[in-house]
Amino acid sequence: MYERGARRWLVLALFLGPSLLGVLLFVAGPIVASLALAFTSWDLLTPPTFAGLRNFDRLSRDLEFWAALRHTVTFLAGYVPLVLVTGLAVAVALNGRVPARGAFRAIFFLPVVTSWVAVALVWKWLLNPQFGLVNAWLAQLGVRGPAWLFDPGWAMPSVIMTSVWKDTGFVMVILLAGLQAIPREYFEAAAIDGASRWQQLRHVTVPLLAPAIFFALTISLINSFQVFDQVYVMTGGGPAGATTVLVERIVKQAFSFSRMGYASAMSWVLFVLIFATTFAFSRLQRRWS
Amino acid sequence: MKAFRFLAALLLVAGLAFAQTTVNYFSFTTDQDHVPQLEALIAEFESQNPGIQVRYSTAPFADYFTKLQTDFAAGNPPDVFELNYENFVTFASRGTLAPLGERLGADPAISAETFYPAALEAFAFEGVQYGLPITFSTVVLFYNQDLFDAAGVAYPTDDWTWEDVMAAAEAISDPDNRVWGIYQPVQFWEFYKVAHAAGGGLQVGPEIAIDTPENRAALEYLVGKIEAGVMPTDAQLSGMANEDLFQAGQLGMLVSGIWMFERFQQADFAWDIVVEPAGERRATHFFANAAVVAAPSQVADAAYAWVRFLAASPEVAATRIATNWELPALSLSNSEALSPYLERGAPDNREAVFASLAYAVTPPVVDRQPELQDVINQELEAVRFGSKTVAQALESAQRRVASLLAD
Repeated sequence: MYERGARRWLVLALFLGPSLLGVLLFVAGPIVASLALAFTSWDLLTPPTFAGLRNFDRLSRDLEFWAALRHTVTFLAGYVPLVLVTGLAVAVALNGRVPARGAFRAIFFLPVVTSWVAVALVWKWLLNPQFGLVNAWLAQLGVRGPAWLFDPGWAMPSVIMTSVWKDTGFVMVILLAGLQAIPREYFEAAAIDGASRWQQLRHVTVPLLAPAIFFALTISLINSFQVFDQVYVMTGGGPAGATTVLVERIVKQAFSFSRMGYASAMSWVLFVLIFATTFAFSRLQRRWS
Repeated sequence: MKAFRFLAALLLVAGLAFAQTTVNYFSFTTDQDHVPQLEALIAEFESQNPGIQVRYSTAPFADYFTKLQTDFAAGNPPDVFELNYENFVTFASRGTLAPLGERLGADPAISAETFYPAALEAFAFEGVQYGLPITFSTVVLFYNQDLFDAAGVAYPTDDWTWEDVMAAAEAISDPDNRVWGIYQPVQFWEFYKVAHAAGGGLQVGPEIAIDTPENRAALEYLVGKIEAGVMPTDAQLSGMANEDLFQAGQLGMLVSGIWMFERFQQADFAWDIVVEPAGERRATHFFANAAVVAAPSQVADAAYAWVRFLAASPEVAATRIATNWELPALSLSNSEALSPYLERGAPDNREAVFASLAYAVTPPVVDRQPELQDVINQELEAVRFGSKTVAQALESAQRRVASLLAD
């Protein structure tokens, strides 16, 4: 029997109520409040005072903000292509007939469900220039490893590498689902026409996988703008400020410097950046397909 | 009649329970190791002050201020809390603290001679006393006697200068075996002091003087040890804490705080301390913490009673000394309270702690203290990693601090 009218609404409200209440109270509330706070000056100790556009004006002249934006974009430019390529490679490899396929999929997915703090700490040890395994292995190959997280030039590449390692499994799962939706007949037909493995990948797999790839791309873009945990644990923004990123700046302004209004303004600029990028990509996708 | 008496007794007990005043106390100086001592002191205070109950909570220094400010923003600050000297002005200037004023003046047990003078003065703002100092500490030169013996170098004395430090460090250093002559952190707290010792100082008001020849010489001295190879770089340390390196017997000398005494008891080599060696002149650290009463507190009288107990009671002083729980900020003339400290040994030269206080210089303090320290630290880190020269960093620090303070 189909439930109708008021009764149906009641059931809906009962099921959705608790989580909806949580979202309204702890997500929607602070979002609205932060928009208002972005136009104030608030140090938590004294009541907020109206500041007009001063926070945004300050933002435009804040060299540390621009440096953090630059580092965030560097992260994005390294991380997004790499994680998509490795995710696609692993997905394609594990879509075929491979022994212990399920076990391999689980292994690649394991870092995704591991907490960032644990992953970052483990990699911090692996990459330790004096006592780490990575440099010990490099030394056996006769290579003198860099100082990784202690070298301003190597710190961001290290963070990117660790992030790619952690998120490859996530991209893999999305693309695996997409791959399984591609009828096997297409590959058989292509094979009969004489297409090589590479040509099949290039002309059958990737075009049909485009919606899944776009989805993975969008999520990875949003994640890169919000990059924080790994930076916070692995480098704290160092060495010598080489890995400061936007969210880390926001946290610092809000909780170390007690500039709540300024931090809120920064958060909204970040939101607009993410929104604009995602919007542009969804437009791009529509034109593609 | 019996029932009536019982009821009366019951009412009396209930009345007393309601008359109980509760003081909420928030502390960062109470680390994990000292919680039992704090609880014992609270019990002692409550027995001396019937009707007052103290409820405490603690947080490590790194999280303390975030929680404190959130409590203020939520309109629910603790009645009594702790402030370090550097953050005191931020709170005092915003009207968040209750003046101790009349209560302090009327207190028979407290006089001008009770506290170490600089520690008491540190917690007055625009002539009003807002806090009583509860602890203070300083920084000294720790040295590993075994490494000095092995290198055939004479132990440091109270007359040492920076040249003596460099000479000894070079004799002791053996980086191939991960042994270095010295570690002295390159950060805000070391720099303000070394700048003063070099004849300069970090001046942030009324005029800003950060990029001066003396301060450049000071920073050259700090990073010069890395350049000379007698102090490990960040990459050589690889995240190892400098105190762990000292404790592992890999450092000849270490510039660090007296709060390390307890930890170094476990070292398997002989060590001692001296007053920090002099540059152009001598300068040492001044770290002080105070207990203050929040302006909105509804129980200000009880809160004050707890503050003065923490600051001036013999029970607290004895506990702090017996458990290496920082140093009570009492006047040095109070030898009865302080003499047990000198007799504890390990390190033997504990007189150096008090001798250091004679040269203590206070750090620069501004309303936007965390940002001031962050700017200075960023510039110092850039020099440490070699991405800026001393001149570039101080020039930039001068400019950035000026724009911060003009903001």
